[in-house]
Amino acid sequence: MSNKYDLVVGLEIHAELSTNSKIYCSCKNEFGLEVNSVCCPVCTGMPGTLPTLNKKVVEYAIKMGLATNCKINQISKQDRKNYFYPDLPKAYQISQSDIPLCENGYLDILLENSKTKRIGITRIHIEEDAGKLLKTDKFDVTLIDFNRCGVPLIEIVSEPDIRSIEEAKAYLETIKSYLTYLNISDAKMQEGSIRCDVNVSVKPKSEKNLGTRCEMKNVNTFSGALKAIEYEYQRQIDILESGGTIKQETRKWDEKSSKTIAIRSKENAQDYRYFPEPDLRNISVDDKTIQKIFSEIPEMPNHKAIRYINNFKLPQADAKLIANHIQRATLFEKTYELNKNLDVKMIANWILTTISEQVNKTSKNYLEVITPENLSKIISYIQNGHISTSSGKKIFKQIVSDNSKSIDQLIKDLGLEQISNADELENIVIKVLKENEKSINDYKNGKTNAFGYLVGQCMKATKGKGNPSIIKDTIKKHI
Amino acid sequence: MNLYEMSATKLSKMIKSKEISALELTNSIFSRINSVEPKIQSYVTLCEEDAIKTAKLVDEKISKGEKTSPLAGIPIGIKDNICTKNILTTCSSKMLHNFIPPYDATVIKKLKNANAVITGKLNMDEFAMGSSTETSYFKTTTNPYNTNCVPGGSSGGSAASVAAGEAIMSLGSDTGGSIRQPASYCGVVGLKPTYGSISRYGLIAFASSLDQIGPITKSVDDSALLYSIISGQDPLDATSRKVNHIDWDYNFSDISMIKGLKIAVPEEYFSDQIDDDIKEAVFNVIKMLEKNGAKISKISLPSTPHALSAYYIISSAEASSNLARYDGVHYGYRSENYSTLTEMYENTRTEGFGNEVKARIMLGTYILSSGYYDTYYKRAKLLQSKIISEFQETFKEYDVILTPTVPTPPFPIGAEINDATKMHSNDMNTVASNISGIPAISLPCCLNKDALPIGFQLMCNHFEEEKLFKIAKCCELLIGNIKLPNI
Repeated sequence: MSNKYDLVVGLEIHAELSTNSKIYCSCKNEFGLEVNSVCCPVCTGMPGTLPTLNKKVVEYAIKMGLATNCKINQISKQDRKNYFYPDLPKAYQISQSDIPLCENGYLDILLENSKTKRIGITRIHIEEDAGKLLKTDKFDVTLIDFNRCGVPLIEIVSEPDIRSIEEAKAYLETIKSYLTYLNISDAKMQEGSIRCDVNVSVKPKSEKNLGTRCEMKNVNTFSGALKAIEYEYQRQIDILESGGTIKQETRKWDEKSSKTIAIRSKENAQDYRYFPEPDLRNISVDDKTIQKIFSEIPEMPNHKAIRYINNFKLPQADAKLIANHIQRATLFEKTYELNKNLDVKMIANWILTTISEQVNKTSKNYLEVITPENLSKIISYIQNGHISTSSGKKIFKQIVSDNSKSIDQLIKDLGLEQISNADELENIVIKVLKENEKSINDYKNGKTNAFGYLVGQCMKATKGKGNPSIIKDTIKKHI
Repeated sequence: MNLYEMSATKLSKMIKSKEISALELTNSIFSRINSVEPKIQSYVTLCEEDAIKTAKLVDEKISKGEKTSPLAGIPIGIKDNICTKNILTTCSSKMLHNFIPPYDATVIKKLKNANAVITGKLNMDEFAMGSSTETSYFKTTTNPYNTNCVPGGSSGGSAASVAAGEAIMSLGSDTGGSIRQPASYCGVVGLKPTYGSISRYGLIAFASSLDQIGPITKSVDDSALLYSIISGQDPLDATSRKVNHIDWDYNFSDISMIKGLKIAVPEEYFSDQIDDDIKEAVFNVIKMLEKNGAKISKISLPSTPHALSAYYIISSAEASSNLARYDGVHYGYRSENYSTLTEMYENTRTEGFGNEVKARIMLGTYILSSGYYDTYYKRAKLLQSKIISEFQETFKEYDVILTPTVPTPPFPIGAEINDATKMHSNDMNTVASNISGIPAISLPCCLNKDALPIGFQLMCNHFEEEKLFKIAKCCELLIGNIKLPNI
């Protein structure tokens, strides 16, 4: 980061909501179905059809609004945003312009060293998604898939409060985790269920007023958004340094060349001719509904992460990795709840390594891979020396493929019970030491790895079941 | 009397009592169509085959003694901007010359459920923009009272077909007077119901906040009958409302309610622009009502002269957005002459729309453009609330407002098509009820010296259709029937 210029970023995030049906008709809202199989006269904008608002969409948007501390407008309006594009069959998108459902909220993002920063949320409004243009080599034309037409979206607009790439990243991750926490969006970037418009400006550090901004439309990946911000920051500084001025314009992030490209200047900005949607009534929400939705909001991931850091002394990276993912967090918390004597760091490690690997390998989610009960038992057995860590992993693998047997049964069946009886182990150690006098001498002469060899020999003698820490202590006692 | 000259209420009884069969009636209508359609030109599409099928079904039901709707077997024509599944629905535009909707409008579903016989799709001004049917891409419908004159519009085909006996009743749509003006021109009864009382689902939008479907009929009874079947809240139309069910007494003949009826006569509706013949005819109606005990009061609705301006701003703004979807991409007309997407849009819309439609799209686009929105749209909306409150105040004191429907009698074909201001002034007395959403009905009162019909308009408060029908029925009983056209 330049020490002469500040980076100023505002983000507009569009998230597809995971309601059962679309926003203005009863078509199924599902990704990945056969082309043009979920569309009807309403969402394809046939002449004479009319929209009717799906109440769930309002509920979901309010949920996000309340989670981000927004004011909920009890009366809000829907408006038409007019523009021509083949993927927009009515030639207007129903959105909200001057009176959105939610406004004036904020979100605390977690930065390095457990610092937090508050990012303002300007507004959250509801709108409909457009279709998708398909270009195939098979035909010499562009085809249109209407399945996405009318998929409900919320647009979350931030204040220009983001001042670094790190903050942008934390903000995007927090928004994503909020969406999944509230169970209102799949938040899958690869399916296009979250997209964002990125506004970037720079200003000399001494300057109070914000600089002229450029907007990058429809950035489809988080990493793309971060790269676009970085590129734009440097581009704008270069212009200012060479004595130029920044022109307000719309630019495009080009993933291939890793550059932003100007597409429209301010003078040619599209005039969307917003006006109130005459086919729909105002949206009115009463206090009771807002209260009810509020009561359904769980502890949010950024707050969880802070709690994990403060209460459990988890490293920040681990705390975030667990908290941002609702299933990881659920598994983590439930496992701990079952036995508060467990080593929380060990639970965190298990979730982030062994279990996470398994989740990535299969299409199962965390709670399908292992129950909190089983995880709690495995970790407590490791902790009290009943089984070794490697045995614990063996048991875990068994459970993943077949969870019909109990942990205790598996330990018995696989013969994994650890030998922790000190007397029994001492006899074995003494025997091994007798057979390996050379190694003892090596160790005494400073070859530290000879100690490891001796431990290995003892483990071999116990067929891997000896408690390594007891073995280590016993060896030390005898040499 | 020929069957095609009778009212739906009467024919309905005759079908139920097996005095006639539904098939006989349908055949009578189609033979009438065959003989007069070359002169009247009210239909864009005829649906004879389906009509006969439905008529036969009705006869079958009646012969089995099944309960049938009062609309069963009644031949009804549909304005060509109301979507009919698998039947061409063109809005009388080149843009939709080949458009076949995959679904039925809610009103069509209701008619089908009632086993009404759909005769076909009726000519109109292109996308309901016009007052003469001359902006139709296909043809100009003529006035059955004088085929050199226009039938009015935009529901010109709907009014002419009923007056000419080519349908027993019809559905039109009214955004600024498009049911009442042609009804007045053709000597029939046209109702613009309260906004929200009839579902707009399937009505191809011109100006969504003003459009209403309504019946065009030969009598008030028929109007009440058709209204009672097609009105009601529709889950598919968020702007529709619950309406009181109308339990219409078809034998209603008690004009005693005229006594003490408080009738408001607003001076702004009798301006210099209103033809003297029309003023005189409407004053005669007023005198007749006064003689029967009505209390007549001259009032002022000062915002009415501005209603037309508000109407052109709001309707054009909405139209510019509603008609944007006709871009050649998805259905309807597509220019063959293009090499880029923008060229396809431009040429499709240049070639597919007529001049009146293009003028309104341009006007509406301008009105909504950034920098102009506040000057035009917002002010028009303010004017709209003013007009509404003037009506609300009036209805606190009066039962009904009585005015001429139109300023002039039917004009000769071609006389006004190049004079937009004159053409648009046709709506001066009708737009305020669209702007305010209140119900209004036009009834014929007499023929003028040229044997052309003159109509008058009654307006009541929101959702007071039943009251409006009762007052209209009293007027009808007092005035008597006007002479049928000789085609």
